[in-house]
Order: sequence, then structure tokens, then C-alpha cells
Amino acid sequence: MLQRLPHLLGIEDLSTEQIAFILDQAKPFQELQRHPLKKLATLRGKTVAVAFFEASTRTRISFTTAAARLGADTMALQAEASSLKKGESLIDTVRTLEAMRPDGIVMRHSSSGAPAFVAQRIEVPVLNAGDGMHEHPTQALLDALTIRDRKGKLEGWNVTILGDILHSRVARSNIHLLSKFGARITLCGPAMWIPRGLETLAPGLRRTTCIEEALSGADVIMVLRVQTERIHEPALSPEEYVLRYQLTQKRLCLAGPDALVLHPGPMIRGLEIDSTVADGPQSAVLEQVTNGLAIRMALLYHLVGGAPADAPHPAKDRSNASD
Amino acid sequence: MRVVEKRQLLSADQIGRTLQRLAHQIVEQSGGAKDLAFIGIRRRGVPLAERLAGLVRDSTQVTVPVGTLDITLYRDDLSTVGPQPVVHSTEIDFPVDDRDLVVVDDVLYTGRTVRAAMNGLFDLGRPRRIRLCVLVDRGHRELPIEATFVGRTVETADSEIVEVRLKEIDTEERVMLVDRVD
Repeated sequence: MLQRLPHLLGIEDLSTEQIAFILDQAKPFQELQRHPLKKLATLRGKTVAVAFFEASTRTRISFTTAAARLGADTMALQAEASSLKKGESLIDTVRTLEAMRPDGIVMRHSSSGAPAFVAQRIEVPVLNAGDGMHEHPTQALLDALTIRDRKGKLEGWNVTILGDILHSRVARSNIHLLSKFGARITLCGPAMWIPRGLETLAPGLRRTTCIEEALSGADVIMVLRVQTERIHEPALSPEEYVLRYQLTQKRLCLAGPDALVLHPGPMIRGLEIDSTVADGPQSAVLEQVTNGLAIRMALLYHLVGGAPADAPHPAKDRSNASD
Repeated sequence: MRVVEKRQLLSADQIGRTLQRLAHQIVEQSGGAKDLAFIGIRRRGVPLAERLAGLVRDSTQVTVPVGTLDITLYRDDLSTVGPQPVVHSTEIDFPVDDRDLVVVDDVLYTGRTVRAAMNGLFDLGRPRRIRLCVLVDRGHRELPIEATFVGRTVETADSEIVEVRLKEIDTEERVMLVDRVD
């Protein structure tokens, strides 16, 4: 199923079968997290370059841990891409990465499309760990896994995405993924943060600036991180955001007792989400972290493991090995 | 590659009687069934382990737990086989610490699958003992691994394949020797 997927650059181009396959393959890796010994030797001898050209703690640690638990070595490459002109810095990026001879590259970059640019010029698999305002595919996959586990299925839910949709690659990847599985998506936040044109991605997409309207009937609520540097007066004050858009227990009641609350992290308690909700029974934020590991292990296993297609076959085939 | 059937090694009846004998041997050589647990290796080791547990229960009234082990992540040939094989779940919902484990598989060949299975089991804990039970031992070992309980030993050529068909997975039940024709 993933044979024809040499890289993971975004959710947009994946089929529902490919997405379901990745989610299914995450299951054995979820179980591994409960084993007393969590470290495998499956990718022993492989090296994964973890190239982050934009600040990140969680995603970087998650990918590094996923690689370590599969027995792969990691090379960390961190740099600020902002000081150079984008085109030049990306070509330098490719050369630097190639020179390290990795078996796979996990890449985050502040420019949309940077991982795709690198993937076209390099032989090894590239996994997008977030590019500009474009996509963050592993986040959408771990969110989907969490929804499927907690609500029993992925198809057909009313999903409300709350906050700064405009700047959010998490929102974009999630809109792509969930709409492929028949979700009815509502975007909610201050008008300046809800871009037009997203209807083309997801039929039936609804937008509102009224949180009460957005929460009513919601099965899944995705709270996005509010970047404080993007809140400034006079357009919007933090106090006003809290007043109008914070997910509080009282507001959550509008969505009903079975509604699931997700947050990609890091959370700013008291800004976009109230602590009672974040720590409450409807919140799945910690499962999201564990599921992130499982999704990234499954992807590294399938994309980085294995030999290139033209590799010679072993002398003896495995006809009588367990299938 | 085409394969042709050369001869049948075990009929459905013979498989049944072989498992009966293996179940008796296991109980006999374990001093009862109290601390035993069966671990079936995916895929055809799983129904065999379940059948052995059923036979042990019939004769001793002891319910021996059965776990399922997927060895994919422990294979030593992953970097040479092209696209990665699909990973399945390992379902062992009892602690393996201090257990007397009997690993069950259909065919013992190179021994590499059993090596992988032992690695997988060690990640789950520290069993008191691990023994191996196979329906057919076809020789050609590449590792110093032998089975404690063997249903049938068969001399084979390297080009031949021992095909096990079980009713839980396949449409029929028998074991046959097939050969590759290039």
C-alpha cells in the first residue's frame, strides 16, 4: 500500500486507503509503548536526519524518540533559515543533508513546500514535520488515530476547529484528512483568522465567528494553539480572545458529553483552553502525544526501512518463514 | 515461479492425531499444565497453539493461556526485501515473566523465525523457560535452534516448500511437499 509512497509530504495527495493503512499500521506500535522493553532493532544501522529549520520541541522529540525506539540513529540538524534568501538556503539545505548520507530525512521548515523541494532533489525518503502554512501531516494522522480510538470510527463526525485557522498547517492537514472521511467541518475564530477559499478543500465547510454556534452539535473539537505574537491590539486583545473564544467547561457543554477535545500542543492554559477542559475526561491531549509516537514509528518503519527497489534479493527466499 | 505438488505429508486426520500426541507430550514433559502458556507465531502457529490449548484443557481441565506473536519487527532480513512487510499485532495479554512458554509454529526451517520470536518475547519480560513445538521440521537450519516437540520430521531439498493448510485460515486442511519449477 505504501510502496508507491516514497515520501510523506502532505495529506492532500493521500488516498483514504493509504491513510487507513497508516492508521492500521500504527496499532502494533501503540502496543509497543506498553511493553517493558520499548526499544527494537528493526532499523538498526539506519540513520535518520532530523532537520529542523524552525523551532520545535514536541515534534522533534517525538520523531527522535520514534527513530530511537526502532533502533535507528538520528542526526540532528538545526538552523535558522530566515537569514538567507529562501531559494539559496534550500539548495544549501539539500547539499548539507545529502552530504550526511542519511537513510531518511525528517524535515520542518518555515517555508511552505520546502520538504517537497528537497524530496525532488534527493534520493532518500522525506517526511514533512511541518512546512510553513502548508501541512503538518503527522499531526493530522495522530489526530485521526486518536479520534478513531476514542470514538470508535473516523467517518462522518461533526468537527469544529477553533482558533487561528489562517496560519495553521495543523488545521489545513486536518481539513484535508477529515474531509476525505466525510467529516462536516466548522471553522471558528476571529474573522481575520478564518481564510476564505477553504471550501474548495472540504465540501460543506462552514465558517462562523460565534463559538456557541460552532460548538453546538460538535463531535470533535480541535483547539489550535494561539500564538501570542499574533494577538495584538487594536484588532484583538488577549482578554477579548479569552472572553469570546476560550474553550471553557460551560461552552463544552454545548457540544455534549461525548464530544472529544484535541489540542496539538503546546497548550496555553487560560488562553485558548481552560485547565478544567484540558485535564477533563473529554480531553485526549496526552493520548495524542502517545499516538504521535506510534504514527511516526509506523511511518519511519515503512518509509525508511527496507531496501531500495533495485536492491538484489537475498539468496534464500522466505517461503517457509512465517508469513 | 510455478509450484507443483510432489506428495502429501499429512492428511487432516493425521494433523489431528499429531496435535493430540504433541499435547500429551507437552503436558507429560512439563509436570502438568499449571504454569504453561502457548505462544502462536503468526500466522499458522496461532490456530495450532489454540488447538493445542483446547486438547490440553480436554485432558487436564487446565486452561492454558494462548498468546499471538507477530515477528515482523524482529526479522533480520528487512533491509533486503524491498517494500516493508505489514506489521500485525502481538496479542499476549498475560505476563510472560516466570512463565513456562511453548512457542508454536507450523514449519521449522532455517530457525530465523524462532530467533526473532525469542527476541520479541524477551522484550515482554523474562520467561522461566521457552520451548518450541512445530508441526513439521524440514531441516536446513541456519541457526543453532531445535524444537522440543516435533510433529513430523521430513527430509527436504532446499528448493522444496512445505505447505501447511489449516481450516481456520485456508479452505482445506493438509500438509504437502511442493517443488518450484522455474
